Amino acid sequence: MIVTLWLIITVTFLLMHAVPGSPFEKDGKNANPTAVQNLMEFYHLDQPVAKQYLIYLKSLLSLDLGPSIGHFPDTVNSMISRGFPVSFQLGIVSLLISIVAGIALGTVAALRQNRMIDYMAMIFAVIGIAVPNFIVATLLIKYVAVEWKLLPVATWGSWKHVILPALALSTGPLAIIARLTRASMLEVLTADYIETARAKGLSPTTIVIKHALRNAVLPVVTLLGALVSNVLTGSFVIEKIFAIPGMGKYFVDGINNRDYSLIMGTTVFYSALLVIMMFLVDIAYGLIDPRIKLHRKEG
Amino acid sequence: MNVPDTLFVPMSKNKGTAEAIVRIRLSFWQEAWLRLRANKLAMAGLIVIILMALLAICGPLLTDQSYSKQVLLDANHKPSALHWFGTDDLGRDVYARILYGARISLFIGLMAALIDLVIGIIYGGVAGYFGGRIDNIMMRFVDLLYGIPYLLIVILLMVVMGPGLLTIIVALSATGWIGMARIVRGQVLSLKSSEYVLAARTLGGGAGYIIRKHLLPNAIGVIIVQVTFSVPSAIFAEAFLSFLGLGIQPPLASWGVMANDGLSTILSGQWWRLFYPAFFISITMLAFNLVGDGLQDAFNPKRRR
Amino acid sequence: MKTTTTNASDVILEVNNLHVTFTTHGGEVKAVRGVSFTLAKGETLAIVGESGCGKSVTARSMTRLLPEHTSKISQGSIRFKGKELTKLSEKQLRELRGSEISMIFQDAMTALNPTISIGEQIMEGIIRHQRISRAEARKQAIDMLGLVGITSPEMRLKQYLHEFSGGMRQRMMIAIAAVCKPSVLIADEPTTALDVTIQAQILELFNMLQKKTGVSIILITHDLGVVANAADRVNVMYAGKVVESATVDELFRNPQHPYTKGLLASMPRLDTDKSLPLTPIAGTPPDLFAPPQGCAFAARCSHAMEVCGAFQPEQTAVSSSHSVACWLQDPRAKLVFQPPSKSSIMTAQG
Repeated sequence: MIVTLWLIITVTFLLMHAVPGSPFEKDGKNANPTAVQNLMEFYHLDQPVAKQYLIYLKSLLSLDLGPSIGHFPDTVNSMISRGFPVSFQLGIVSLLISIVAGIALGTVAALRQNRMIDYMAMIFAVIGIAVPNFIVATLLIKYVAVEWKLLPVATWGSWKHVILPALALSTGPLAIIARLTRASMLEVLTADYIETARAKGLSPTTIVIKHALRNAVLPVVTLLGALVSNVLTGSFVIEKIFAIPGMGKYFVDGINNRDYSLIMGTTVFYSALLVIMMFLVDIAYGLIDPRIKLHRKEG
Repeated sequence: MNVPDTLFVPMSKNKGTAEAIVRIRLSFWQEAWLRLRANKLAMAGLIVIILMALLAICGPLLTDQSYSKQVLLDANHKPSALHWFGTDDLGRDVYARILYGARISLFIGLMAALIDLVIGIIYGGVAGYFGGRIDNIMMRFVDLLYGIPYLLIVILLMVVMGPGLLTIIVALSATGWIGMARIVRGQVLSLKSSEYVLAARTLGGGAGYIIRKHLLPNAIGVIIVQVTFSVPSAIFAEAFLSFLGLGIQPPLASWGVMANDGLSTILSGQWWRLFYPAFFISITMLAFNLVGDGLQDAFNPKRRR
Repeated sequence: MKTTTTNASDVILEVNNLHVTFTTHGGEVKAVRGVSFTLAKGETLAIVGESGCGKSVTARSMTRLLPEHTSKISQGSIRFKGKELTKLSEKQLRELRGSEISMIFQDAMTALNPTISIGEQIMEGIIRHQRISRAEARKQAIDMLGLVGITSPEMRLKQYLHEFSGGMRQRMMIAIAAVCKPSVLIADEPTTALDVTIQAQILELFNMLQKKTGVSIILITHDLGVVANAADRVNVMYAGKVVESATVDELFRNPQHPYTKGLLASMPRLDTDKSLPLTPIAGTPPDLFAPPQGCAFAARCSHAMEVCGAFQPEQTAVSSSHSVACWLQDPRAKLVFQPPSKSSIMTAQG
């Protein structure tokens, strides 16, 4: 886990320094050489690469992601602390939608297998996976916001602003979760213990919710780590389209401006976030499936 | 019941069909093809893919417009008899650009998937075949890479190498092979120790025979499915990159780039600039996904999806 | 087509001419083709047969546990304590399941939910059928666990399936089935997945339960040893029909149907000559998509006659408690072959 993080940091660092051209050039013109020299010193860019690497690692340990190059005097830390809560909100809402709606849809489809609802749900799911979320986003904007004027077009502010972007961001994961839940539920429903539950005279609702669902969502939990990753990268584009001042926007800006420290900083932050998420998912998995807990105890 | 006495004689045993064979057995591939044929959605997807391929190959023949000629006077015209899909802000014919874009988008998708396939098979095959420590090391490495968000690395690579057709393909393949490698390795490992391989070896089958008749048919199914899913994944990634401004450079255009250009126009009402590329992207990805699903079901009927 | 019973007033379950069909892609499978039997209070009836003979389907159709859309009881009646079960609605059947008629399945490892505690799985049955508090249910659960021979039951309640051994898991399943004190317990191959020593313990447990609560047991198995040990009466099934029905004693001492004789002869015994090969029954059971017109066993029977291929044999009574469905019982058959020997050592390859 930590190794993955370190690997990401190192790779990103190397990539950043492999890019030709200095960040202080704009269209090939150099600014005042003394100014450039000062800037280079300030950003440690005059040091050999290896040393810069060590300096960076050191500052990381004190959780300092360094100053931004393009947005001086902003530091990366402050930019992240501005942008993160927004992105976090967006991400959580969208994940919740995906998970709840996805599981519900998949379960209903499995219970009414091969009937109209199942068919439609699965078509919907395939479309959700196939149609990129930015296209969904633009469609939503065009119709819901512009034509029908139901919700605001863009930017951030009230709870209303969260709906469209969260919806757009959730379609991919929702579709994946729905399909997975359906397949998993279908398998679980043929399990012997479901037959036992029926033989005990339990009602169908109890059987589905209490016995089947718990086992059927296990594969979904396993997938959660990847889904979070998905939502994260999806958020870059969604934030751009909806002009939401979240981390994604800063990241994309940094890329376009070749703001190395910003790119590094956000990458590191994202990666750390993902690593923590994977860890939490592991824990969640252990909570749901008692068999896993035992293995952990046994080391 | 009135049963004639005459029937109480021993039965002539040629009537005995104690172990008659009921149904004709088809080969694995024939059965899979039949199952695929029966899947209407998958067949629809297959037809769409073939159509797209035809569009891409015959593209220039289907229009007399150029994809790069700018006629600024004709900028932003709605679809008409002359310009079937309208024109963009530089007066270029959208229809022609879609056709050329098909080539680019599909080319990227296929190349990336192919490279993933080759690297993945080699890497996964080696790891699975040798097992033990080699497998361990190789897989630890892959696991580490797997934890890294793939698009993140793609973006970074694009930043470093600068946008362009070649770099996109390199960036996409550099991260996509991991999925294929894992699958191939998994297959090789499980097949290596499966009972029918053991049985075949016990019966004297050599390595070549086993690989041909047992390992390949079972592994290929999964591999084909994976390739079918890699293509839309690559197309999506390319479109995604374009949206971030890291895509192909003009005058070349992929559907992703066209969609990005068209994005800013929804509010100004030039729907055709976004609609057509978005439509083609979506439908191509949809088609590949449907075919991939269909193949999955066809190769593994036990999986009642 | 009824078999005679010991005492009509003791009968709690009466199955008459049951037909069960499955609809599949390949067509209709006639899994059960006219099965009739009775079950008296406190008795253990074994249903024996090879895989695919319809014994499990018969058992599950008692409380209509078969999949709704693909299976149906096309004919016949099932009377339980006077009620006609085939006419009950799903809701009404749910009242019966687990409380009056309970089932035990073959493999406790897959038949119990791995993600819910054992205590919960026992208690939910109690709470479903009796209006009592959780605390009361808990107490009953603990008592039941103690009854089936689980030590420290309070602790066990919170544990999960994977924390138990095979024998204990089977006891759990029995506890879950028996906790509401049902009148009928249907056990589908309860010992097949267990070691021989555990098998003996489980059979002993059944015995004890029966003595204590008077429950009637239907024991489905393919193991004649289990039948000899645990059953009062036996029904031998083949290709969806009951071919022979008798008390355990009668079946082992005086088997009549060639299939029964074949089964008995194929069992390895301690006193057989070890240098001789075992005698299996040649051939395989018929395809139930298109069952044969006559006796389904004819193709494999060394005593088959023309009539066997043309007509279904009728049930003939050998004694008040022993009946056989075989044309060899017809007086006219006695002239065709040597009369069937009363010894159980005779092989089917006569």
